Amino acid sequence: MNTAGHGAAVRIEACGKTFADGTRALDPATLDIARGETLVLLGPSGCGKTTMLRIIAGLELPDAGGKVLFDGKDMTSVPIERRNVGMVFQSYALFPNMTVADNIAYGLKIRGVAGGERAARVAELVALTNITGLENRRIDQLSGGQRQRVALARAVAIRPGILLLDEPLTALDAALRDRLRGELNRLLRALGITTIYVTHDQAEAMELGDRIVVMRKGAIAQIGTPREVYFAPKDRFVAEFIGAANIVEAPIDNGVLILPGGRLPIEGGATAANATVMIRPETIRVTDAGAGLLSGVVDSVSFIGDRQRLVVSGASSKPLNVDAPNTILAKVGDRIGLSIAPDALRLLPSEP
Amino acid sequence: MSQKSFVWLCLLPLVLVTAAFFLLPMARLVVAGAEGPHGLAGYLATLTEGRYRATLINTVLLAAATTVVTLIVATIAGMFLQRHRFPGRAVLIAMLTFPLAFPGVVVGFMIILLAGRQGLIGDLSNRIFGEKLVFAYSIYGLFLGYLYFSIPRVILTIMAAVQKLDVGLEEAARSLGASPWAVQRDVVLPALAPAFVASGAIAFATAMGAFGTAFTLATNIDVLPMLIYTEFTLAANFATSAALSVGLGLITWLILALARTFSGSAVAAAG
Ligand SMILES: Nc1ncnc2c1ncn2[C@@H]1O[C@H](COP(=O)(O)OP(=O)(O)O)[C@@H](O)[C@H]1O
Ligand SMILES: [Mg+2]
Repeated sequence: MNTAGHGAAVRIEACGKTFADGTRALDPATLDIARGETLVLLGPSGCGKTTMLRIIAGLELPDAGGKVLFDGKDMTSVPIERRNVGMVFQSYALFPNMTVADNIAYGLKIRGVAGGERAARVAELVALTNITGLENRRIDQLSGGQRQRVALARAVAIRPGILLLDEPLTALDAALRDRLRGELNRLLRALGITTIYVTHDQAEAMELGDRIVVMRKGAIAQIGTPREVYFAPKDRFVAEFIGAANIVEAPIDNGVLILPGGRLPIEGGATAANATVMIRPETIRVTDAGAGLLSGVVDSVSFIGDRQRLVVSGASSKPLNVDAPNTILAKVGDRIGLSIAPDALRLLPSEP
Repeated sequence: MSQKSFVWLCLLPLVLVTAAFFLLPMARLVVAGAEGPHGLAGYLATLTEGRYRATLINTVLLAAATTVVTLIVATIAGMFLQRHRFPGRAVLIAMLTFPLAFPGVVVGFMIILLAGRQGLIGDLSNRIFGEKLVFAYSIYGLFLGYLYFSIPRVILTIMAAVQKLDVGLEEAARSLGASPWAVQRDVVLPALAPAFVASGAIAFATAMGAFGTAFTLATNIDVLPMLIYTEFTLAANFATSAALSVGLGLITWLILALARTFSGSAVAAAG
């Protein structure tokens, strides 16, 4: 498609936001987004994701000293209508007094694009977003998933340099969300627009993001690729927010983690009286009792289908979550052994 | 007793009251209109006879002008008041809506104070141009009085409607490149259309039938309610005043119905 690769590079520099009522929504943050990249802002509700997105969009002004640059040009005081950004709102914000086609064509009409070209572009987008046949519907005659597609089509119709999406899938039910996530992923890759995507759903962030910005209480906790934030979280918050994590607090003696149920060699672990260590459930291997490095008792078994989640007590000071293959037969009360590779243990900075 | 008959039983008092105080006098009025020397043709006369017809047109034009100007003023003011917070806002709203309680007589009185022979405007223009500007007793004075009367009502309706507007829609339009004007035209005004129709209808009907203000400013203003009053009390012309009353009701109703279908189809066509 001819929209490919016309994204802008974005830089936000020391952008903080304090609202008129004194709420500090965002600490001054600096962030670079490459041309064509999909960057996901991920964090729990209220951590400032929408605020950052609205600053980039031009709907909020950053506090004094903050700057927004597109392709190196200072856009801080340029209003949104002249920033050429496509935006998909959480509520979709489709115009109720217009048809689907008129909604999609609105930005083109405002730009004075001639009727014939407009219609062609609408047809192209309708096909791209899989809503053929709905062109003349009113907005209140659409399902949630259809609205989401119209909102996306409307936002990319103007060939924006930057596409901003604020939790576009949150309002949909789980099955539809999964399907649309895949669709959205293919579409964003095909369009090649610089995309900033806000979500509180870590699975969504992993699938869609080239890089993820994990946010917490108005501050950036970590920036990295999905693999980096998953395998090498910077702190306990990121570790627990992304995926499932066992956080173990125990002493380390000469590169060995001392646990109630046994001893685990840990890579790069110097002696420490009280270390915080992350262990992902899928990195723990179940062995026969006595064969593993740790020994514990099965507390509960949840069969999920493709795998099973065991909760094992006695191995660590707190029960460990273990993702075991679905073929292992373990019953509540069984004593089992556990093994973990030294590089699967991730030392985290101790929280103050 | 079934649910349905219970509902009907509850409605019975309402039906009786409606019949006694609403339908019966109305029917009597319609009959009275045809009891003049010309019978049913008395109705026709209200449209054909020059003086009556001129008054009718006058009244409709005055009411229409009042409605349009009220809507424009109240929309701008209501939007501003709802969207902005500034010191003195509450006082300003209170002042703007203060005339809500005033009867037409008081409004007429205020117009006289403003634009009458001893009025403020006359004084001022006398000092500046050496000529006394007096328009309280003309149709312009009445127009001003009706504005004074309608604006508070319409402002309140518009403010409530503005509060319900989805700000996200305006932001979406702006993100697509719409200028502030385009946002108003394409998003805000269409969303406010139902409020315009509802509050405009009330302003129009009030202006068609208001009597107190016209009576206070009095003398030589030709509007239907005044004409009905003179025909009724001074000329004791019951049939004509009844026919004029029915005509006033019908025309108001007709114009409002037209406005509603028109704006309804306009909204549908836009959507
Ligand atoms: N207009 C506003 N005025 C005051 N506080 C606000 C405003 N918008 C957001 N906030 C506050 O700023 C914080 C961050 O909000 P937001 O960016 O919407 O979070 P998120 O999108 O991550 O859920 C929240 O505490 C929220 O209540
Ligand atoms: Mg949000």
